[in-house]
Amino acid sequence: MKLELQGISKAFGSFYANEDIDLVVEAGQIHCLLGENGAGKSTLMNVLYGLYEPTAGRILVDGKPVVFRGPGDAMAAGIGMVHQHFMLVPVFTVAENVALGAEATKAGGILDLEVTRKKIREISDKYGFDVDPDAVVEDLPVGVQQRVEIIKALVRNAEVLILDEPTAVLTPQETDELLDIMRQLKSNGTSIVFISHKLREVKAVSDVITVIRRGRVVGDAPPEAETTELASMMVGREVKLTMDKEPANPGEATFKVKNLSVISSTGQRVVDDLSFEIHRGEILAIAGVQGNGQTELTEAILGIQDRVTGSITLEGKELLGRSVKQVLGSGIGFVPEDRTVDGLVPEFTIAENLVLDLYDKAPFAKGISMRPAEVKKNAESRVAEFDVRTPSAENLASSLSGGNQQKVVMARELSRPLRLFIASQPTRGVDVGSIEFLHRRIVEERDGGTPVMIVSTELDEVLQLADRIAVLYKGRLIGIVGADTPRDVLGLMMAGVSPSEAEVSQQDNPDDMEGDFA
Amino acid sequence: MSAPAPTLPAKLRPLAPVSWKTPIMLSVIGLLSLVFFGFAGSEQSATFGISTGGDVFTLPDLVVPGIATGIVLGLGMCVLAGYSIFLAREHRPTPGWVPMVFAALFIFAFLVWVVSGARTPQISLAGLIAGSVTLAVPLVFGSLSGVLCERAGVVNIAIEGQLLGGAFSAAIIASVTGSPMLGLLAAAVAGALVSVVLAIFSIKYVVNQIIVGVVLNVLVSGITGFLFTTVMQEDPELYNSPGRLPVIDIPGLSAIPIIGPILFRQSIVGYLMYIAVAAVWIGLFKTRWGLRVRAVGEHPKAADTLGIKVNTTRFVNVVLGGAIAGIGGSFFTLVAIDSFTKEISGGRGFIALAAVIFGRWNPIGAFFAALLFGFADNLQSILTIIGTPVPSQFMAMLPYVVTVFAVAGLVGKSRAPAADGEPYVKG
Repeated sequence: MKLELQGISKAFGSFYANEDIDLVVEAGQIHCLLGENGAGKSTLMNVLYGLYEPTAGRILVDGKPVVFRGPGDAMAAGIGMVHQHFMLVPVFTVAENVALGAEATKAGGILDLEVTRKKIREISDKYGFDVDPDAVVEDLPVGVQQRVEIIKALVRNAEVLILDEPTAVLTPQETDELLDIMRQLKSNGTSIVFISHKLREVKAVSDVITVIRRGRVVGDAPPEAETTELASMMVGREVKLTMDKEPANPGEATFKVKNLSVISSTGQRVVDDLSFEIHRGEILAIAGVQGNGQTELTEAILGIQDRVTGSITLEGKELLGRSVKQVLGSGIGFVPEDRTVDGLVPEFTIAENLVLDLYDKAPFAKGISMRPAEVKKNAESRVAEFDVRTPSAENLASSLSGGNQQKVVMARELSRPLRLFIASQPTRGVDVGSIEFLHRRIVEERDGGTPVMIVSTELDEVLQLADRIAVLYKGRLIGIVGADTPRDVLGLMMAGVSPSEAEVSQQDNPDDMEGDFA
Repeated sequence: MSAPAPTLPAKLRPLAPVSWKTPIMLSVIGLLSLVFFGFAGSEQSATFGISTGGDVFTLPDLVVPGIATGIVLGLGMCVLAGYSIFLAREHRPTPGWVPMVFAALFIFAFLVWVVSGARTPQISLAGLIAGSVTLAVPLVFGSLSGVLCERAGVVNIAIEGQLLGGAFSAAIIASVTGSPMLGLLAAAVAGALVSVVLAIFSIKYVVNQIIVGVVLNVLVSGITGFLFTTVMQEDPELYNSPGRLPVIDIPGLSAIPIIGPILFRQSIVGYLMYIAVAAVWIGLFKTRWGLRVRAVGEHPKAADTLGIKVNTTRFVNVVLGGAIAGIGGSFFTLVAIDSFTKEISGGRGFIALAAVIFGRWNPIGAFFAALLFGFADNLQSILTIIGTPVPSQFMAMLPYVVTVFAVAGLVGKSRAPAADGEPYVKG
């Protein structure tokens, strides 16, 4: 099936998320849409899938124009989509999820799930998915959930499969498996539209790459194109993908976590007996697939987790059991993982957001009154220093792009002398240009002698910033290894394989391993 | 580094914190029961009649001594509480059967205590249970309405209004036409109409569902109250004498002790109740329609991406739920008594809402929850009649106290449909 988009535009109010996009997906090809977060890739695919109505332009299937009024029409035309956030009902079984919307029934509308189960087993065997039709979806690992999504599309005889940022939630190993699955699907004649901003994966699997920037097609590129070339097409200027940083000059270990365990509200042990130290002037990166205890670890340090045992000390002082205010007051800068929920008050101005945790201290407050002039002065200098792109510091934080919002959070947290700096997902959803800048600031903080802890699920980011890497899996510390550990070893560790085993299977030299367990 | 990440030996690792809520609650209630129902119980014996006159065979009455029974049951409760404490100390959760057995013992001890302390220490168990089912009928219909709406993701606070609207329409239409069956139909239509308003505002115009529901309750109460004084009271003969739906007695089966009258000696509304519970359960959990409804209530966006019309599904469900609640409302004016009065539903719509939650959004669960509330309701009226030591005002609180305790969670947390109360707007 050949799929064409001609002159597609999609406007939200006066803002064009897509403008005059042409795209041809040939049968049996893996066609990649490469672009930064917010470039308009997902919008385009939602138009194609009938979720949005295009403002202008048309869609052609095998040369004939079609109109999709809803996802049902798109599915009927042979288009399947695996969304970035899975469209699975968590409390349903795999079979119920796959059946939904295309249910086989017996007389009287009674469900016949046996038909669906059989289809699932067929597809599962064909591609080696290993999916149990009667498992409840919320109990399955994300990698398997994604396969359920693919099965959903295949059961509906999808000839074109859209994968929207499919690797964002996967471990490196699961990613490799997915790329294999994509190749298999392709050899069976299914075309794939692969949306990603990860250059390595795109180059590994694509037949054609179309680069999108700010809602427009910038051009096509072959998969053999240089990584830097693709990156500069994506960003619109020369970018440096590697960062030059001086080797760390670690001092004494001032931040110590000992036997830390956190129990979640559902009674699960989400952080399990963690022990590690961070030295002055070094960056420890916490690597791991999302949901392996990283969030709870940072929250436990900050003091917003209730059921915590163990010990967290900063310069010899115990932090556990103190209020968040006391913890921050002891010199911790904290960048939370979700800036719009925990990092900023979107309805406040940029200036106000820049003093969210300093508002009651001099010079911003005097007695019970605030001093707006000081707040404004502070805002202006921070905005300039961190290159926040905004007409005025009096604008609302919600008016900023993701990258600029993150700069505001970072500017606030780095604006006072720190004894420990923690940043969770410091560049998630941030454009490549801002990433460079934010990374540089983090390294500068390290060079100033602050112990730094970075939590990131992006292996690229971990490898770029870290002096040492601690890998978490199911709340446990799998190991702490050096920054020159090969990706493959880290990938295996992120899947729970101990460093020594991971290393043997990758035949690497053992010198860069540090025994740093409690 | 060759060893895998070492962990501390098991006994040094911090143990999972255990909730002490259940053990503490059970202990307190158990001890209080032992003291009040046992040692401070009445010296009279309590007599429970099992059979009624029409039964095929007669079972002897159950006679139990007040104090002794109270002490035995109280000790039984304390043993269960002790077991729960033991488990908590071992860092193990209390299994679900413990609070259930505990509750059964408590109810029986309470019954023995009040009955043996009454002026006439005798009640008919058969009558108590049959009356409970009867009083539960509107609650069951109301809670089915709630289940249908909430499973599709719309919170239905307007059950009260739907019951009241149904009761009023049933009365006036049955009076004017002289046919209670037409009254029943009118009740369903009225309930559905109340729902249409709820659906339009909460689904189409995305108004807060709780607010629309509350406003609807007030609105229906106002309209029916106004029409009651201006129309019905002007000419009660013509407008407010609907007559009753006949009780249909299934010969033979209805003579079985205790369950006979419950299952086989009912009005058409009573039979419809059993049919509705079964139909809603099968519909929701066994059919294509139900799978889609539940998907819409759990993850509307996922349903939408599969071509299911989320808002249409919700609209249909809300209206269907309204019709069912309306039929429940007809119980007040066509079965219980044969006339309408102001606020005849008396807040039962809210109790039905509690039954939805207590029954964990499952039609069968809601049915039993409604039965429990019906039981509490019936118990208080019977106990008032036989003259208990407890002041009647406290007795009248019983159904509501039971509701609060039930919902506050002797049974632990129940999980609402994930998108319950969340309007769905595309994009």
